[in-house]
Amino acid sequence: MSDTTSTDLPRQEGTLDHVLYVLRANPVTLIAFGMFAFLILSALFGPALVPYDPLATNASNALQPPSWAHWFGTDQIGRDVFSRVIVATRLDLTISVAAVAISFVVGSVLGCIAGYWGGWPDIILNRFLDTIMAFPLFVLAMGIVAALGNTVENIIYATAIINMPFYARLVRSEVNIRRDAGFVRAAKLAGNSDIRVLATQIFPNALPPMMVQVSLNLGWAILNAAGLSFIGLGVSPPTAEWGIMVAEGANFIVSGEWWLAVFPGLWLMFAVFTFNLLGDGLRDIVDPRKRT
Amino acid sequence: MLTSFPRLRAILLRLAQAIPVVIGVVVISFLLTRALPGDPAVYFAGVAADEASIEETRVAMGLDKSLPVQFVRYVGDLLQGDLGQSLSSGRPVATDLANRLPASLELTLTALILAVVIAVPLGILAATRPGTWVDHLCRVVVTAGVSLPTFFTGILLIYIFYYLMGIAPSPLGRLDFIYLSPDHVTGFYLIDAALMGDWETWRGAAKQLVLPAATLALFTLAPIARMTRAAMLTALSSDYIRTAKAAGLSNGTVLYRYAFRNSLLPVVTTLGMVFSFALGANVLVEKVFAWPGIGSYAVEALVVSDYAAVQGFVLAMALLFVALNLVIDLLYTTIDPRIGFGAQ
Amino acid sequence: MTDQTSRRNFLKMGAAGASMLPFLRALPASAQGNDTLVVVTGATINSLDLHRTGTNRASYQVGINCYDRLLTFGTKEVPGNGLSYDYAVVEPELAESWTESDDGLTLTFKLKPNATFWDGRKVTAADVKWSFDRAVSVGGFPSVQMKAGGLERPEQFIAVDDETFVIKLDRPSKLTIPDLAVPVPYIINSVEALANATEDDPWALDYLHTTPAGSGAYKVARWNPGEQLVYERNDDWVGGPLPTAKRVVIREVSSPATRRALIERGDVQVAFNIPDKDAAELADSLDVFSTPVENCIHCLCPNFSFEPFQDPDVRKAIAYAVPYEDIFQAAAFGRGLPLWGGSEKITDTAWPRKTQYYTDLDKAREHMAKSNHADGFDVPLSISLDLASWMEPTALLIQEALGKIGINVTIEKIPGANWRTAVLVEKRLPLHLENFGGWLNTPDYYFFWAYKDGHLFNSSNYRNEEIEALVDASLHMPMDDPEYAPQIKRMFEIALDELPRIPLYQPALNVATNGAEGYEFWFHRQLDARVLKAG
Repeated sequence: MSDTTSTDLPRQEGTLDHVLYVLRANPVTLIAFGMFAFLILSALFGPALVPYDPLATNASNALQPPSWAHWFGTDQIGRDVFSRVIVATRLDLTISVAAVAISFVVGSVLGCIAGYWGGWPDIILNRFLDTIMAFPLFVLAMGIVAALGNTVENIIYATAIINMPFYARLVRSEVNIRRDAGFVRAAKLAGNSDIRVLATQIFPNALPPMMVQVSLNLGWAILNAAGLSFIGLGVSPPTAEWGIMVAEGANFIVSGEWWLAVFPGLWLMFAVFTFNLLGDGLRDIVDPRKRT
Repeated sequence: MLTSFPRLRAILLRLAQAIPVVIGVVVISFLLTRALPGDPAVYFAGVAADEASIEETRVAMGLDKSLPVQFVRYVGDLLQGDLGQSLSSGRPVATDLANRLPASLELTLTALILAVVIAVPLGILAATRPGTWVDHLCRVVVTAGVSLPTFFTGILLIYIFYYLMGIAPSPLGRLDFIYLSPDHVTGFYLIDAALMGDWETWRGAAKQLVLPAATLALFTLAPIARMTRAAMLTALSSDYIRTAKAAGLSNGTVLYRYAFRNSLLPVVTTLGMVFSFALGANVLVEKVFAWPGIGSYAVEALVVSDYAAVQGFVLAMALLFVALNLVIDLLYTTIDPRIGFGAQ
Repeated sequence: MTDQTSRRNFLKMGAAGASMLPFLRALPASAQGNDTLVVVTGATINSLDLHRTGTNRASYQVGINCYDRLLTFGTKEVPGNGLSYDYAVVEPELAESWTESDDGLTLTFKLKPNATFWDGRKVTAADVKWSFDRAVSVGGFPSVQMKAGGLERPEQFIAVDDETFVIKLDRPSKLTIPDLAVPVPYIINSVEALANATEDDPWALDYLHTTPAGSGAYKVARWNPGEQLVYERNDDWVGGPLPTAKRVVIREVSSPATRRALIERGDVQVAFNIPDKDAAELADSLDVFSTPVENCIHCLCPNFSFEPFQDPDVRKAIAYAVPYEDIFQAAAFGRGLPLWGGSEKITDTAWPRKTQYYTDLDKAREHMAKSNHADGFDVPLSISLDLASWMEPTALLIQEALGKIGINVTIEKIPGANWRTAVLVEKRLPLHLENFGGWLNTPDYYFFWAYKDGHLFNSSNYRNEEIEALVDASLHMPMDDPEYAPQIKRMFEIALDELPRIPLYQPALNVATNGAEGYEFWFHRQLDARVLKAG
């Protein structure tokens, strides 16, 4: 006569639930996701929606402070700062995404090889990575761009090269740990080739910590490009890019035209900030034990 | 003898491991500088030189030889301690570096100390109140600092504190002209002035350091604070802390005597990484504050394609990193006796 | 005396009221004392010896302030404000008088009997000869500049006795006397130099690179390369009126924003060579001198080796498309002199002169339609990274304007290290901006360097037989010769019709002072510290 009311099985906690839980517990991460969405939208639709042509000069209207006509004011040859800042999103995101993507792919491949097979490839890779990491990173980027010429492609390559060791190291250690794990041995026994095992079994397990690194690096890549512009090794004019706008605008701060540098600077900070917070959030979602 | 001195053996092993790295650095920096645009022969031949005199200069400088030959010559010079002549300053690169390195080191170390003094307490604070608004605020503040380009922060600080408020001294470099630089012992003005008992100069040097060190420190707050927080969290959630609390030890003792000491290791690792990172970011800060350090030296050399100077700079930095990593490894063993030197 | 005590003494005598100086923020700049002036510049001094190869322009100031020449130029007032050197007036510096032979081939100089070097030794003609020999023998820029005045071989220089120095010329030239007043032929203490010379280095290049040995108004008290140079007065100077400032500190600060902050707050008394924008904005609150640089033009150069530019209509089209006024405002902020919108008829020999071109897009389009490239073409416009402050806005405006007449311009930024080679030596840049300024203030001198085929600053690969002949004829001719003016006018006509260089504007050298007086503009565009005084 006992009540045989069906006991509700506890709802299985899925990935989406976990994500939502993290977001609710961590409002900062939620905000970061929102900011990220805004950036993506700016990059995709910005150039079509901005009020002025980012390259159109108007020398008689130069150095106007922010007003209703020009939300962020105009720069030293009369270009609208707001339009340039929004349009620059596309270029800066492209640079950072491309650079990080290249270093991700190359680093993963090298790390997999070294971590899985060990031996000589491992030793050589280690020395090679040590050598790259022995250079002060920014100086290496400077040197590469100075040597190859300051085009957008070269900036991407330089940033990719200096970021690559992080991924290679990370993948190497993750692969190394799992190399002899049970599931790997099982897969091999089942007849899978080494490469298949590597690609389908081991590497996906290494992905979570890499995701975090990726988002952090995205922010750093943008700062890197900005630093290169400050020294004069960044993109060429009249391209709109946050770094070069801050670098040129920095000279105008002292004379009171603060808007030339502050707005691109804020946007740059906004983007890097977003990526950094995103990295934290991703880390929480992916591996809560590693929360920092 | 070596077996009875594991530490010595470990040091030598580390040094031996560093050698191939140094070789790699030499090769890469050589190739990189040879790929730089601009022709030092033109620079050296001077203004108003024509093709013939440029060719003469090129032969005189040995630049007409093939790359491998030039490389061999370069390595030969290196082994004798000759880093070459800087084109722009006309003096041996080694002299230039010796003059400028202390300036950068002083700036970076001051910035690091400043960053540690701010970031470590912040990290501990955030770790003792995880998930609260204090925690989030710390994270936001620290992340904001690392999201701005250093040259932008530097110029903003100059604008606000020097130009508008007038409380910072003029950003004219290491020492205002009314002071004479202290007699050279280490090259660090703060140490040298203190050694001489010249407190006026000491104050002058310290004042000049404030803004650039603050700019650099802002940039390095984040990794230190975050690592402190993470390490403290791990330490605080471990068994021995629970035991200590159960045994009735006060919060303070628990925090500092046990948790903090145990979280030192990852913090020290981060410090090492941050130091090397900061030496690179130095370049931009030095340009803004007219700091006569190694970073601005490298940028000027790069812009005029001064081969020897760039090579010398890169080599010096790489050697510095190797030395730094060695020091960190040694620090590890002092902090954590579990890290032994024996075979794994 | 221990080191410490002597340092204390130095501090006390070096700057009046040293103990008050840490509180500089609170006291006005004048309380600093009239003894020391601080100058801030953006360029870096890389040698103390002008004759040495690799010495950059900014280092020439050491040659000017620490060494003497035989002659110097007088002073005149600049319409507008400020003082300038006077090309027309030559005054004694180390030579108290001089005579010229009737045929103009022999110049005799009488040295001042009381002139001494810093070590106390009397300045003799033997020193002058050694210095002149050095200048023509070291090669590179110094020798080329000497040659401009007909000073080419050591055999031309004779020390007759201790106080008499003779120069023998191959031909009389109006450029010789002025060439003796340029920074290059300075007088070195040959005894001290030779004591430090070696077999491999007979001209003591290594020694003089870091240790000047001269007779000039200022000695170098301290040189920290990349940081500062400190001049200390030579109280026994006889080359001119003794300077008022006992010490002049040249501080090198590369960031223009920082330099501006420094001069506005008065922490430095002179900001040398500031950007046009800062000059325009500081003109209300500080003393700003924007002196148009004589014989210097910022111009746009179409290279004749690039096929479309061989068509005169294309070049004229460009000349009518350039937005002159916008460039003058956006790049130069109105500092300098406009060089467009003049009359086509040439009535005088003043140079630079306003060209007959002005911005008229319709006229530009007409010329393009008439040309063989009516459909337009692509071309890179090259600028130098070092000179980006004026070249970049100029290039951007030109790019936009030429786009409207069908010429598609891409901007190419060339690092400073490469610029000279690309533009002047290889002459390979199809369209570029250029900024040559001649030291000797005659139009024939400018044309010699910029319009003669194969000469260094003729970056357009331009050759015109008539110009070749006219330049050769007029270069050494005295300016009051009746044949001179017609030749010059004809040169102008050709050059402004053929347009291998399209003049944009004449740039100014901007110097801001805040607590210092007496600044004088010189053609070499470096700071002559000998005339500065606090005030």
